[in-house]
Amino acid sequence: MNPAAKLPRWAEYGLLPLINLCAALLISGAIIRLIGESPWAALKLMVSGAFGAQDSIGYTLFYATDFVFTGLAVAVAFHAGLFNIGGEGQAYIGGLGVGLVGLAFGSWSPWIVIPLGVLSGCAFGAAWAFVPGWLQARRGSHIVITTIMANFIASALMTYLLVNVLIKPGQQSPETREFGPGAAMPAVHDVLARMGIEFAPSPFNLASLLALAACLFVWAFIWRTRWGYALRVVGQNPQAAVYAGISPGRTILVAMVLSGGLAGCLGVNELMGSQHRMLLDFPGGAGFVGIAVALMGRNHPLGILAASLLFGALYQGGSQLSFDMPHVNRDMVILIQGLVILFCGALENVFRAPLAAILGTAGRRPA
Amino acid sequence: MDAYREIILLLAATIRVATPLVLAAIAGMYSERSGVIDLALEGKMLAAAFASAAVAATTGSAWLGLGAGIAAAGALALVIAFACVTHRGNQVVAAMAVNIMVAGLAPALALAWFDQGGQTPQLDGPGQRFLGLVWPWSQAARRHPIPGLAYAELLSGHNIIVYFAAALVPASAWALYRTRFGLRLRAVGENPLAVDTAGISVNLLRYQASMISGVLCGVAGTYIATAASAGFVRDMTAGKGYLALAALIFGKWRPYPTLAACLLFAFADAGAARLQGVSLPGVGIVPVQFIIALPYILTVLLLAGFVGSSVAPKAIGVPYSKEK
Repeated sequence: MNPAAKLPRWAEYGLLPLINLCAALLISGAIIRLIGESPWAALKLMVSGAFGAQDSIGYTLFYATDFVFTGLAVAVAFHAGLFNIGGEGQAYIGGLGVGLVGLAFGSWSPWIVIPLGVLSGCAFGAAWAFVPGWLQARRGSHIVITTIMANFIASALMTYLLVNVLIKPGQQSPETREFGPGAAMPAVHDVLARMGIEFAPSPFNLASLLALAACLFVWAFIWRTRWGYALRVVGQNPQAAVYAGISPGRTILVAMVLSGGLAGCLGVNELMGSQHRMLLDFPGGAGFVGIAVALMGRNHPLGILAASLLFGALYQGGSQLSFDMPHVNRDMVILIQGLVILFCGALENVFRAPLAAILGTAGRRPA
Repeated sequence: MDAYREIILLLAATIRVATPLVLAAIAGMYSERSGVIDLALEGKMLAAAFASAAVAATTGSAWLGLGAGIAAAGALALVIAFACVTHRGNQVVAAMAVNIMVAGLAPALALAWFDQGGQTPQLDGPGQRFLGLVWPWSQAARRHPIPGLAYAELLSGHNIIVYFAAALVPASAWALYRTRFGLRLRAVGENPLAVDTAGISVNLLRYQASMISGVLCGVAGTYIATAASAGFVRDMTAGKGYLALAALIFGKWRPYPTLAACLLFAFADAGAARLQGVSLPGVGIVPVQFIIALPYILTVLLLAGFVGSSVAPKAIGVPYSKEK
């Protein structure tokens, strides 16, 4: 987190991520060419698959909502100098909180059930992240390892619960019964229809408003509160934090609880907004997409919003791709995701130094 | 006699499950002892699994498959070393990038080349797989179950990669504690500045360690695709890389304890398959998921210092820069 060369803000937040994205797309394009398909045609298919029709736009925004939650979760931990790889597990357990509310109180009014579901999802996700946070803060256990282990433990726990406890009696597939009507997050096309605007049906739902609110909240928290300030100080220099009277341990706990709570909101979008029941592996890797989103969005809510849209489009466009190109499917998107992490994260210094030299800012301290 | 037979078969299964764990954990040991976190065991193994199965299916030779597996995993190790050692990038980020890239690229290439929904063709021709080597007299030995069955199932009948893994542990212990390279490797993971001051290249050592890790992950991935099963399927490493990492931590980054941890985890895994739905006296039915999660729970407890303690190499995860 200590870049070798400083860049002006527009290059830091705009140009550099763009160059990194282009590098990732270029390599993916080369691989598509290697397979024997045209990368240009694939790109056009993906763009039209993601934005070409009303329902595809809906799907793009639906996926993007997931990624905003997990991206913010990774970013908040990053600001405190922590690498939370456990977004996947926290989203899974958070979804358990959402699902339990949906199963137990689904017959009540949505005005009560939905806020309750959001709170429960946050609480479950936060609790799952609290454990590695506490272990890091008080016992010095490496948070990367403990969050990875927590992912596997969460997965085993959820499989157990869905197969043995929560399964709808009399069926084979490990799924719960449907939530009551009160736990259904209104879909955007329904809301628009009530206002007299016609929009093709898609799972895009009002959890997206929650995602926007979460962006605003994270921005205000990180840059406008004393807790956010403490978080950033601990992230940049824990020793300095101690001299400033900030407790790194407590700050780590705050960051991880917030991070887990944000990841836990994924269940609101996936379960209350789309599936209306709990099923195996519903986070579907969104926790890991969050890493790419946070790195590309440079840990800023606006950047995360933009990166989430991009990945939402990639996921939606990628699933459309397989219809027209039998040899290319969504796996290609996972490759792009990995490449983005590589270029925006691990290889960020490769493009940064030459860019700084070109812009003539090498060695100059930014304001 | 039946219980004896069960135990022998369970131990034989343990050896088969443990082999890729041992290879990957020892691979991680080299890399982590040099100060580079090796979270990419999973991705390197998966890449090797795909490359070995694809080449074995196309050429009909398991040995060429092994070469391809080692080349694929080695190439990824080189990418990681380039990012983390040369460019001092974040090691965790680089490893996650590799894991995710491979999870996408391997089934994508399999789909494009073999058109079987992201798998490679079934390896059933002669020489396409690493099959068990039957030792002399093992058929005859079965007639005298004690100790003949143990000889036939535990010593004989494994493929060559299993024996390689078994030999790798003492060889690595020797290399780590009895050779100049091992001394330097341990030093560079604890105090790279001291190594640098002594005129030894920190970067070269870390590159070497990463490449050893890549080669061993290549063998592990080849085992998974061409020995333990007959071809590549999506996500077939199924978290074994992370399990190996847990074993490495559990074994405190030392060869023999790491081997013990791998055998323990493999025993739990092999046992879980047999314990499904079986009621144990005094305990009742143990959920399979609990046994699956057990290695991870134990590792977390260990890292938390609740059961013993495990201290990582001091310089792990910290890129080395001369200027400081």
